[in-house]
Amino acid sequence: MTMDVKPGTRLYSAVCTTEAVVVRAPSEPVDLRCGGRTVEPASGPPVGEPEGGFDEGTLLGKRYSDVAQSLELLCTKAGKGSLSIGQELLQLSGAKPLPASD
Amino acid sequence: MLLEMAVAGAGDRIVVGSRERGLTAAELQQRASAAAARFGKHPIESVVLVDENSDAVPIALFGAALAGVPFAPLNYRLPDDQLAALVERLVPAAVVAGPDAVDRLESLDGITMIERDVLHDDRDVLHDDRDASATAAGADVDPESVAVLLFTSGTTGVAKAAMLRHRHLVSYVIGTVEFMGASEDDAQLVAVPPYHIAGISTILTCLYGGRRIVYLPAFDPDVWVNTAANERVSHAMVVPTMLGRILDVIEARGTQLPSLRHLSYGGGRMPVDVVERAMTLLPAVDFVNAYGLTETSSTVAVLGPEEHRAAFRSDDATVRARLKSVGVPLPGVEVEIRATDGSVVAPGERGEIHVRGEQVAGEYVGRSLLTDDGWFPTNDAGYFDETGFLFLDGRLDDVIVRGAENLSPGEIEDVLVAHPAVVAACVVGVPDAQWGEAVAAAVVLTDDAAVSDEQLKSWVRARLRSTKTPVHIVFRDVLPHTETGKLLRRVVRDELAGAPVSGIATQTP
Repeated sequence: MTMDVKPGTRLYSAVCTTEAVVVRAPSEPVDLRCGGRTVEPASGPPVGEPEGGFDEGTLLGKRYSDVAQSLELLCTKAGKGSLSIGQELLQLSGAKPLPASD
Repeated sequence: MLLEMAVAGAGDRIVVGSRERGLTAAELQQRASAAAARFGKHPIESVVLVDENSDAVPIALFGAALAGVPFAPLNYRLPDDQLAALVERLVPAAVVAGPDAVDRLESLDGITMIERDVLHDDRDVLHDDRDASATAAGADVDPESVAVLLFTSGTTGVAKAAMLRHRHLVSYVIGTVEFMGASEDDAQLVAVPPYHIAGISTILTCLYGGRRIVYLPAFDPDVWVNTAANERVSHAMVVPTMLGRILDVIEARGTQLPSLRHLSYGGGRMPVDVVERAMTLLPAVDFVNAYGLTETSSTVAVLGPEEHRAAFRSDDATVRARLKSVGVPLPGVEVEIRATDGSVVAPGERGEIHVRGEQVAGEYVGRSLLTDDGWFPTNDAGYFDETGFLFLDGRLDDVIVRGAENLSPGEIEDVLVAHPAVVAACVVGVPDAQWGEAVAAAVVLTDDAAVSDEQLKSWVRARLRSTKTPVHIVFRDVLPHTETGKLLRRVVRDELAGAPVSGIATQTP
């Protein structure tokens, strides 16, 4: 199932405790999943388990993006599921080194 | 969200205060929840802060967020009547105040006064409110709701309340800071006041980055240097006026600050000779020039440490000039220079700086300045060089930026013209090594007037305050105007900026 996302959109895994916020969004709707299941727009108790292959887990404060770099998510709460667009797992993106300015 | 993440990521890390007695992230959350419960007992629409820096600032900031109302830090240095006028725009409100401010505000209607120390000590006293605070801490903050109200002194001199929503601040933080990227030994010395945008953004970026905040109640160069040494401060942000005075102390005392690695500056025009002096005196320190506005959730462009060093040692005029630049836009921010007709100008051409990005709020209470496609006209003049470095060239309007303080020429002119001997006055900012800009005035007197520049300075000082008093006053037969009668402020400014200071100061009619 595809959905429209924009920067700032908060997403919640249906199957684990993972929560994420959209940092960069593609213009087209995406089939965003966590643990193999479509993510939810609101927080709720996780049901079931992450599917095999989508159970590497998420890490707090890390950024995840697709190969095309059109989508970037920031993990705001860690969980057991892995983030993906359809079957394509999102990868940890490198930290952007910016000097502290304030 | 940011506080929750910090607690989950490193809850036992000290986030504000001294290494020995500071608050951990978890303790900050606890106190913020207690503060939210305290605020929530009253039907308030904002949490106002009238105080210097203290560990209560982040408690009040997050407490307001958890209570679901905006946080509005005010300039505690304002005269009583102006301060009261601002508070009256924010009631019903909980007012967090230091001991000095409580008496000044107590008589106002619609406020609940809370002493700063109460917030800080609120740990065990709130047994009754545990349920309330637990509810508050668990609540998701609406990203659209207003997080912070900051009063800016605009061109007219009437303070505008700039609104920053949670989504703007969160975008800024997650777009520019690596979560827990700081080492556990890092410490940030914060000397900008809490009513300055940098005083707010630094709380968020430090908490998210895992860097401990050490507050100075108010800026003092000696205390700054002592604290930097004693608390082994690694990072700090200063406004231009602070840096020169800090360097004076370091030079006079021969102090070494071996822990200091990173010094960012912004908030006004930084004289390039001060930057060069800083880089000479503190060769191991990384310097960052940051350009940002209240309305853009702080920084939108930075000149980084490598660019500073490259410019400092370069013989190439273009590279060398970058010491005066504010660098390049942040990855998440677009910047355009536009002419008055709205067209984007070529590199090297001066125009108005426009910015767009998720962190850009561009909104005041009752009015947004954002265009339909999200651009914010900053009212700052500037240009890009051929290599994409951004340079500032003053405000489009003529606000004088003295230190980090914006002064409205109109207000000072009104006071001058109110003097019986003054027919007309034009107040401008002229370059000043210490303050970035100093206040200067060209004045036209009545035919039979006999008044000295010192008398006029006293006149202004008695009615405004010393920072708004012209340092230089010259007397003229007429002021330059356009054919349509508009005062040519720029002509006056150029003339006063070029005139020898001592000659002006002693000149009398």
